[in-house]
Amino acid sequence: MSGAPPRAAPRPAWLLALGVTAMVAWSLGPALWQALTAIKPDAQITRVPTVYLPQPPTLEHVRRLFERLPFEAYLANSAWVATWAMLLCVAIAALAAAALARMPGPGRLRLLLVLLFISLFPPILLLFPLYEGVRALGWINHPIALILPYAALNLPLAVWVLESAFRQLPREIDEAARVDGLAPIARLWRIHLPLAMPSVVTAAILVFIFCWNEFMLALTFMTRHDAKTVTAGIASVGSASLFEIPWGQLSAAIVVATLPLVFLVLLFERRIASGLTRGALKG
Amino acid sequence: MTPRVWTRERMLSLLPAALLLALVVVLPIARVVALSVMRTEMDEGFRLEFAGLDPFVRLWQDGRWWTSLRNTAVFTASSVAAEMVLGIAFALLLHGSFRGRGLARAIVMLPWALPTAVMALAWSWIFNDSFGVANDLLRRLGLASEPIAWLGQGGTAMFAMVAADVWKTTPFVTLIVLAGLQAIPHEVMEAARVDGLNARQRLTRITLPLLVPSLIVALAFRMVQAYGAFDLVYVMTGGGPGGATETVSLYAYQNYFRYLDFGYGSAIATQGVLIAILLVLIVLRFTRGAGTRG
Repeated sequence: MSGAPPRAAPRPAWLLALGVTAMVAWSLGPALWQALTAIKPDAQITRVPTVYLPQPPTLEHVRRLFERLPFEAYLANSAWVATWAMLLCVAIAALAAAALARMPGPGRLRLLLVLLFISLFPPILLLFPLYEGVRALGWINHPIALILPYAALNLPLAVWVLESAFRQLPREIDEAARVDGLAPIARLWRIHLPLAMPSVVTAAILVFIFCWNEFMLALTFMTRHDAKTVTAGIASVGSASLFEIPWGQLSAAIVVATLPLVFLVLLFERRIASGLTRGALKG
Repeated sequence: MTPRVWTRERMLSLLPAALLLALVVVLPIARVVALSVMRTEMDEGFRLEFAGLDPFVRLWQDGRWWTSLRNTAVFTASSVAAEMVLGIAFALLLHGSFRGRGLARAIVMLPWALPTAVMALAWSWIFNDSFGVANDLLRRLGLASEPIAWLGQGGTAMFAMVAADVWKTTPFVTLIVLAGLQAIPHEVMEAARVDGLNARQRLTRITLPLLVPSLIVALAFRMVQAYGAFDLVYVMTGGGPGGATETVSLYAYQNYFRYLDFGYGSAIATQGVLIAILLVLIVLRFTRGAGTRG
């Protein structure tokens, strides 16, 4: 015992492999299960004991999905709302972030903390007054009723991500642009945004994902079937008439609605991770 | 000469953000607080009249409010606790080096990016009493002989909701802890190794204490979010069975759009948030104290 040099035992490889396998299975399992259900023939979906692998796989549910629900409309609404909210949010956030990044004194940090505080309020607090406003303006079933709140609710995150990127740009570039007489918007457009492009993309992806996934406001403000976004559309169909819409089709709907996000994560995992943690760890 | 803080240019640049937040966040909060001391009269159309502290007396005597508060507390405490443990474990695994680590990271991130409301439906399919895969797995493992009606009983429905929430939000904790791990200088771990600390000692004496700031951040964010849970409850259980999983957010929502009692709904939402803020402040004080001592 005393003779051996104190050498750290390497973590056994099988333990690591087991841990990684369990982690991946847990993270992927539920989504994978939906995908399997979506391509399983009806008779096998409701067979006991459970059939795990569909034999043979079928695309019937995906095809039928577009017949029974205004599913294209759901997808188009989500894409439209999330895209405009993302553009509006990033534009306004970039303007604010550029102003904050070079702000001297304690005001900068105070304003950033105010933003953080605002982002912590649960949306239920805002829901009813927003609903009153939307109704008074006649915006029920109009995309603008979601675009404006989505842009606002994601503003804190976007400002945090962009501000920390703009701060890292060399101060001299700013000064030079100022001396050249560029207006703030021109400076932002020609200098800040191109130089901080990776962070701009990060902010845009994060905002897009949050908007695509939002449920409470979409459920409340979009009452007409063809005005619904994909989350509210699927979830209200699912909870209202679980027994009218067969599970195969519902699973197909879930898979189609989540597919764009799966691609975003696989392509931009690093960016998403850095964006989410940047704000959180600075504070 | 010190640079001026509030130049005209700076104020103009901040104006759109301030305006948008005023319209969508500040004004609605003022309105909901005002509504929380109003009574909804429905005799001749809708009329709101000042009710003073009556709504708060009503809350105090409302058994359903206390139940929803307790449900929210149980949901928040169990899912946040499980997420912290699982998140730390996942982060430690992903911090190691193995083949396919990049792909594993992306897969672990995946649940975070998928819509809660939609995946709640997927989870209610997993926990379906007749055809759900949860029951089938339990039966195959020999852990249950009879199928369990997961969403049909209070305790198991809460468990199912917590499982879905843990699945969905563990990635967030993992990310923050992972960033914290990567910020620990390599030399510190090397020095500990030279000093003869074994893997377990390095974890409990060096890694975890250094992670405390990241853990506090993750804890605060997750508590607030879990406390406001709505999507999952609305879709998976609708608050049932018999109100056993109804959260504060859902109870407020029901008052707004089902009972059309706007004043009382606002009182519930406002009180709920006040309690949440208080809770987070207490936890922050508590953990920060522990962090500086440990």
